[in-house]
Amino acid sequence: MHTFIVVIGLIGFATLGYTIGRARAIITAGGVVKDLNSIPSYYGYYTAIWIGIPSLVMLIVWLIVEPHVIDGVVMSNLPINITQNLSTSEYGLLLNDIHNAANGSLFSKMNDRVIATAAKQLNSLRQTSFMLMLIAVFCVGISGLRFARNRISPDMRARNIVEKVINFILIISSLIAILTTMGIVVSLIFESVIFFSKIPLHEFLFGLNWSPQIAIHTEQVGSSGAFGAVPLFAGTLLITFIAMLVAVPIGLMSAIYMAEYAKARFRAFAKPMLEVLAGIPTVVYGFFAATTVAPAFRIAGQKSIGLDVSSESALAAGVVMGIMIIPFVSSLSDDVIKAVPQSLRDGSYGLGATKSETIRLVVMPAALPGIVGALLLAVSRAIGETMIVVMAAGLTSNLTVNPFEAVTTVTVQIVTLLVGDQEFDSPKTLSAFALGMVLFLITLALNVLALRVVRKYREHYE
Amino acid sequence: MNNTLSTSLGKSTSSKTIRLPDFSGPHLAKRYASERRFRILGISSVGAAGIILLILLSSIVSKGYSAFWLHKVELNITFSSEVLNPDGGAVEEVKLKEANYLALIHNALKQKFPAAIGNRCKIRMLYGIISPKADLVLRNMVLSNPSLVGTTKTVSLKLSDDLDNLSKGFINRDLPESDRRVKDLQIDWYDQLKSEGHIHSVFNTDFFTTGDSRDPEEAGIYSALIGSILTLTITLLISFPVGVMAAVYLEEFAPNNRFIDFIEVNINNLAAVPSIVFGLLGLAVFLNFFGLPRSAPLVGGLVLALMTLPTIIIAARSALKAVSPSIREAALGLGASPLQVVTHHVLPMAMPGILTGTIIGMAQALGETAPLLMIGMVAFIVDIPQTFTDPATVMSIQVYIWADSPERAFVERTSAGIMVLLSFLVLMNAVAILLRKRFERRC
Repeated sequence: MHTFIVVIGLIGFATLGYTIGRARAIITAGGVVKDLNSIPSYYGYYTAIWIGIPSLVMLIVWLIVEPHVIDGVVMSNLPINITQNLSTSEYGLLLNDIHNAANGSLFSKMNDRVIATAAKQLNSLRQTSFMLMLIAVFCVGISGLRFARNRISPDMRARNIVEKVINFILIISSLIAILTTMGIVVSLIFESVIFFSKIPLHEFLFGLNWSPQIAIHTEQVGSSGAFGAVPLFAGTLLITFIAMLVAVPIGLMSAIYMAEYAKARFRAFAKPMLEVLAGIPTVVYGFFAATTVAPAFRIAGQKSIGLDVSSESALAAGVVMGIMIIPFVSSLSDDVIKAVPQSLRDGSYGLGATKSETIRLVVMPAALPGIVGALLLAVSRAIGETMIVVMAAGLTSNLTVNPFEAVTTVTVQIVTLLVGDQEFDSPKTLSAFALGMVLFLITLALNVLALRVVRKYREHYE
Repeated sequence: MNNTLSTSLGKSTSSKTIRLPDFSGPHLAKRYASERRFRILGISSVGAAGIILLILLSSIVSKGYSAFWLHKVELNITFSSEVLNPDGGAVEEVKLKEANYLALIHNALKQKFPAAIGNRCKIRMLYGIISPKADLVLRNMVLSNPSLVGTTKTVSLKLSDDLDNLSKGFINRDLPESDRRVKDLQIDWYDQLKSEGHIHSVFNTDFFTTGDSRDPEEAGIYSALIGSILTLTITLLISFPVGVMAAVYLEEFAPNNRFIDFIEVNINNLAAVPSIVFGLLGLAVFLNFFGLPRSAPLVGGLVLALMTLPTIIIAARSALKAVSPSIREAALGLGASPLQVVTHHVLPMAMPGILTGTIIGMAQALGETAPLLMIGMVAFIVDIPQTFTDPATVMSIQVYIWADSPERAFVERTSAGIMVLLSFLVLMNAVAILLRKRFERRC
């Protein structure tokens, strides 16, 4: 929060710098604005940039370095007999205790005198550091202001400099997308490599047994931990298949109806309805699946045919996931169908075909590549969907194709492995990253394929 | 017309053998029937989507509407000084803060139903009528008005969640006692209180003003709401400027080369990456590498910002593309620099479209759950988060936490939480639609 106030203060300072720079430019030109190379406000921006950017860099560097320095000082001031023989994890625990005590946490070991003094020292160091940071940041800002102020003269090309800086910032912004992708790939690869150094790749990809629980005590049953991900892949595919069985017919037929038959008034009502369906958060679908659909299927299965439907059946999760994807399929196919040239339809009508014959025999074949692309995107969406399956599908792995049984999916396992306490050196936690890697690669492949198919189709008619 | 057509057709058949359209009655009827079937299939799938939406919404409303009120019972509470000030002497605030207010409620209950005294099992059932957090109400009353000590006053206290369900009619009295969470004796006491007019229902204001709690009757959505606001603030502060700047660069300034193509492919792919993968990124990079605090709105906001960035960039680019080139040419012709053209003319005209895209992105971020689970925002948060680094949760995760709780009363809390979440989404989308309408009118 303090940092937030400092940032706001900096913004105020930069604004002040803007007015100073602007006024300074007018003064140097002797009050004749047309003698200036650029409009006065560019001199203002120039000054604000010289204040804002160096002090912001200073602030960020300070915030990154500060905790490490302070922790180091605090730990080195502890009595030697305590810190002497600590392993890295014990060191971390001790540091954590001190931090908790300093933050006034309820569960801290306040009564331990060593920790209490260290905590007190930590707090006072933090305060001093904050004051020092304030001074440092604003000193940098002031020197930036002085530097800019001295540079301002009527001949200075302020606009060109400002525009160069802004252009640079624009380029940086558009690079963030690449940085994000790189971040995803690097972090997934980094953790997966550690995982695969403990569990061989072929065992992960082809093993039929998934039970990631590794017991803390060696004598516990099932303490070995098995990381064969085939049951997860099978479960994911089963649920995705059910979802597509629901979403494709309904989504495609409603897209056809909306694009070819519906009058404007019907569209005006039905399109927002599908958009509402698309805008509902997945956690709501998950709740709906777990509390309404799954019990309904279970009761229906028992009463009508005496079938034993699990209360976490793949069917319930799949059907609700299908419902979630309906608007996705329909809006994508709607676009594709509309992109088919009207001349094709007119030609078909001219030959005496009815509307449905035209759609089935002319429009659909023409739109097919686009629709296939849309369905691929829908499949990738279903595979990556998390909340519905977390709330409505099972948690334990089960290699089956029976939709009435509980199965688990890749995303469910990632969530169950990573929610709660984690240790980053156990294969249990790392396996989540390996699963994430698989998920990322599969959805990426599907998306690239879909985009390629769609693009090819577009070129065909444009 | 018909005649000429048939004669000309007739002529051609005589000279060559051409397959003619079959205009005979039965065949045409078959084709028309299949046309009708196809049409019905189409409208019924739109209808199916509508019915599903109706079922979804009505199941949530029917489960959740009852969470907006709860039942309270009036009890004659004696603020006896023996309990509040056991060692005598002056009434001090320190003593009052730590006094046993639960005992006051228990005394009042024992006084009301003396028959339960002496039987530990019955006493426990009797105490179970009132919410276990009801003593805080008395504490606040006494702290704000210490002169209450020694007096007797009628106070309305919350019923416990089981009794509240009983009074809302969710508990089937015909079930055998062992299958019910409310026992026969409690039902008798409840009926007696009810017939004496001591039980009344009130609007559940606490639901909107408190944080989470283990007791359903005390649980509220306020802390999650504040968490959502803090998280979305960070998301907006990052994704809006960065997204708009990236879109401006790619649309207005970027050279046409392979690297820029690569950036565009990247953005399109990021838009389709499963949200949980962004959660893994947040866990590995923001928490483990940069060491930012777990469960903090800061980290949640960062992850959601990266997630909504592609949405905003794509929307902003199409809004920029929609600005007519004549505007740019006119401005350039009058001597504006390329950057001035964009900031003075193109951006203001594209702004409504950009804002619409941003609001839609924010609405997505508001409903997003999975990536936030990864960075530890699934936490039991009672206190209202004050800063961007306090542990916090968001509304969608609050819904998930409540949905996981076994108590019947949490089902209605979950549905009520969903209703609050959905109403925020409706609000945001309404603003987006309004903006779009204004934009359309101007062009």
